[in-house]
Amino acid sequence: METKFIALTVNGKKYEFLSGSDSIVGIVPWNETLSDTLRQRLDLTGSKEACGEGACGCCTVLVDNRAVSSCMTLTSDCNGKEIITIEGLEDPVTGELDPLQQAFIDYYAFQCGFCTPGIIMAAKGLLIKNPHPTEEEVKDALSGNQCRCISQYHVIDAVMHVSKQISI
Amino acid sequence: MEKKPYRHIGVNRPRIDAREIVTGKAIFLDDFKMKEMLQAKVLRSPYPHAKITRIDISKAEVLPGIHAVLTHKNLPKDVQKWRLGNPPLIPVLTDTVHYVGDAVALVAADSVEIALEACDLIEVEYEQLEPVYYTQDAVKPDAVQIYPELPGNIVPEIEMVGEKMLTHLVRGDVDKALEEADYVEEGVYEYKKFASPMATEPPGVIMWMDKGIVKAYATTQAPEVYNMTLNMRTGMKVETKTFNVGGSFGNKSIMQTTSAYALALAVATGRPVKMYLTKSEQLLIHDMRIGCYMDCKIGLKDGIVTAVKGKWYLDAGALNDLGHVQIAVGMGEMQVALGKCKNWDMDAKVVVTNHVQTGSVRGFGGQEVKSTLMPLVMRAVAKANIDPVEFCINNFSETGDGWYWRDSQWYTAREQEYKHCMRSSAEKFGWSESWKGWNKPTRVEGNKVYGVGVSMHGNADVGEDNCEAYVRLESSGYVYLHNSIPEAGTGQRSNLRKYVAEVLDIEVEHVIVVEPSTENSPWDLGPAGSRSTLTTGHAVTVAAEDARKQLLEGAAKNIFHCPFEELETTDGMIYHRDNPENKVPWIAAFEHFGLTITGVGTYYSDYSKSNFGIYFSEVEVDLETGITKLVRVLVGSDVGQIIDPATLEMQVHGGFGAAAADSGLLEESVLDEYTGRLLTGNLIDYKWRTFDEFPPFDMVIEEGQPEISRFKAIGFGEISGAPGPASMMMAISNAIGKEFCEYPAHPRAILKALGKA
Repeated sequence: METKFIALTVNGKKYEFLSGSDSIVGIVPWNETLSDTLRQRLDLTGSKEACGEGACGCCTVLVDNRAVSSCMTLTSDCNGKEIITIEGLEDPVTGELDPLQQAFIDYYAFQCGFCTPGIIMAAKGLLIKNPHPTEEEVKDALSGNQCRCISQYHVIDAVMHVSKQISI
Repeated sequence: MEKKPYRHIGVNRPRIDAREIVTGKAIFLDDFKMKEMLQAKVLRSPYPHAKITRIDISKAEVLPGIHAVLTHKNLPKDVQKWRLGNPPLIPVLTDTVHYVGDAVALVAADSVEIALEACDLIEVEYEQLEPVYYTQDAVKPDAVQIYPELPGNIVPEIEMVGEKMLTHLVRGDVDKALEEADYVEEGVYEYKKFASPMATEPPGVIMWMDKGIVKAYATTQAPEVYNMTLNMRTGMKVETKTFNVGGSFGNKSIMQTTSAYALALAVATGRPVKMYLTKSEQLLIHDMRIGCYMDCKIGLKDGIVTAVKGKWYLDAGALNDLGHVQIAVGMGEMQVALGKCKNWDMDAKVVVTNHVQTGSVRGFGGQEVKSTLMPLVMRAVAKANIDPVEFCINNFSETGDGWYWRDSQWYTAREQEYKHCMRSSAEKFGWSESWKGWNKPTRVEGNKVYGVGVSMHGNADVGEDNCEAYVRLESSGYVYLHNSIPEAGTGQRSNLRKYVAEVLDIEVEHVIVVEPSTENSPWDLGPAGSRSTLTTGHAVTVAAEDARKQLLEGAAKNIFHCPFEELETTDGMIYHRDNPENKVPWIAAFEHFGLTITGVGTYYSDYSKSNFGIYFSEVEVDLETGITKLVRVLVGSDVGQIIDPATLEMQVHGGFGAAAADSGLLEESVLDEYTGRLLTGNLIDYKWRTFDEFPPFDMVIEEGQPEISRFKAIGFGEISGAPGPASMMMAISNAIGKEFCEYPAHPRAILKALGKA
């Protein structure tokens, strides 16, 4: 079996996995998705997997500060990358929430909350790239995230609130 | 009556689980693992109707990691006795498959991958049978018979919760009223595109046997309904726990096939079995919104509907769940909306077809009725040239009117006053400026025509079903609320603690709502039909009042030596109302250390009050392409006292989801009649509204204070989108200048109506 090591930084913590072409316990197969690695191996279940084909956005995480669908990303393609999940937004020492997380609470920007981690991470990716988006840009950036409870109106308010607080 | 100021009621309070939700710590079913847990998958039929002539599981059974492969030939003895459907008549697996996706074999394995590999190794040969997809075909005398247990493809009538469900509504003399009517309209209207509520979290269960009792973790919004229906089908005692539920919209309450299959495998293997549907399975084989076909005649006299006569068929697909209850509630809701009509003869049947199974969905019967009956009614209103808002105002039920509800009993309407809300909603929408008359556009801009529409709805299920709650006071000042309602997005677990905190005058953080588990709490149907605001809210309020009374009685006896009615409690301290400075903590009222005080609250079902919603929409239709867009929406309601403004507002927005309002323009499952397969098995092919497509949304929320409970809250969420589709049909008709009613309003349907396709 051909193998190689994959190094990932997830929420500031370094991991190294042996990756191989076969599916053997303890080895990350080359076709394993980042979503599975995060959820099944690292127990980072904050991001959800619902559609498994990159259409609902529930599994969104940041890879090198870009919002991606982790269900459509292979772990073996993430060697050397820095990954941030919803669990990595909160300050681990002080417990202080990221401004987006706080705004989602303050603006009541969720209902069932299943899609919320993915939406927050997609919004985070947008604000890193474009700290002061227009409302249209927010809607566009989140159009790959599904929310069937329909919290969209409140989500947009929350993201716009944060975008106005950010200073460059 | 004046609105009272409250400490918590009517004031936004963060959700109990807010921090967990935004940090990803909230647990949903798929985040949870049990020791020894097996994964289940189903080998599904590729044909809509077929006989299994050969099945060979020998290769699948020996695959390493496989623990059970069940077919109709080797079901465990107990499972052979189970029956699905409602009434439960259909065996779990047979040698016949009844829709594309019907179960052929059930597999439990160490992993999903192994289970899927085993499915591939099962050899099956089929003899294809003729399918039938439409109710009007299925009920013909020479139609294909789908099940030997359901002759004529009609599902027999049922009794549930001790009630005979209302399926034939007869009142007054309908023929005479039709003769006397100024306008009589007759027609067939359909609402049958099997739209998927498609909660973001797919349906799933983990089931195991524990000392003869079925234990379940389920993505249900209504654990007691889940227990009750699974018990009805298996005869087994069931106890259910829930994690956070990722949306449900009524649609993950029961999950009858998924649950029965997982349980069959748990029985066969003696291990916990998880069955978690993929999004594709959710869109192809999970319960869809029930199909609706109505052949009806109505009479209009002096602007009032005075007669309704017709036949109403509900297409349950291949397996009925609550079709009769949807009929029974829908019958009631017809009478709520057409509250002045005293002459009815509406007969309804639940029919099976070789289409995907259906089930409970937000809007539950009422949305189906409004989407079919109201366009017919409005055709008569148009003939009479009456403004539809005026029609709504003059026809919606008022105090003293009444209805036969689902239990076939008569209820005289009380506290039923919504005219003010209708008028103020119309005014805020700018109806009088936008409405140019029947089949007349509001404005024309080149190829784009604009039109407005309105429809209304009301549901007396706000008072649905009995329930109980316990409120347990600890001497520490903390309070436990025992109720099994899960958090599926409505915010009700958080809202219910507001009732308790309000009664006991404490911070909401001092109320702990016990984990949602049917073992830990008394019976409650769950949040369905907008019921929990009034029903559970009342039970919780009474329980808190009972606990408060016991607390003050203890304090009066032990310390204050006065009638307990003279005592008050605030923030865990008790005092005489004439001397608030002299106060003692709750612990002083407890005679014995460690003992607690438990208050019990009960609500008894009462269907004499409905909620109300009016839905205004403006659409833009492109006459060249037939593409229709929503320009703006306004939803109006009088909800009684608001419990939590933010969650109410989002429940109103929620009318877009759940295959509710958007079944007017977007949402449908597309059937390929040649193969019997649905073509909409992913989030690209199944159309849904994305973040960048939401129109401006306005609302009018009034807060009348009806005397229906201490806090006078009615409950609204379930119906917020239900009048939407009919409103949009009217808006399109007005935009294009001719009557239009086809759900959803495809560009091709619009172009056909315009004579362009």
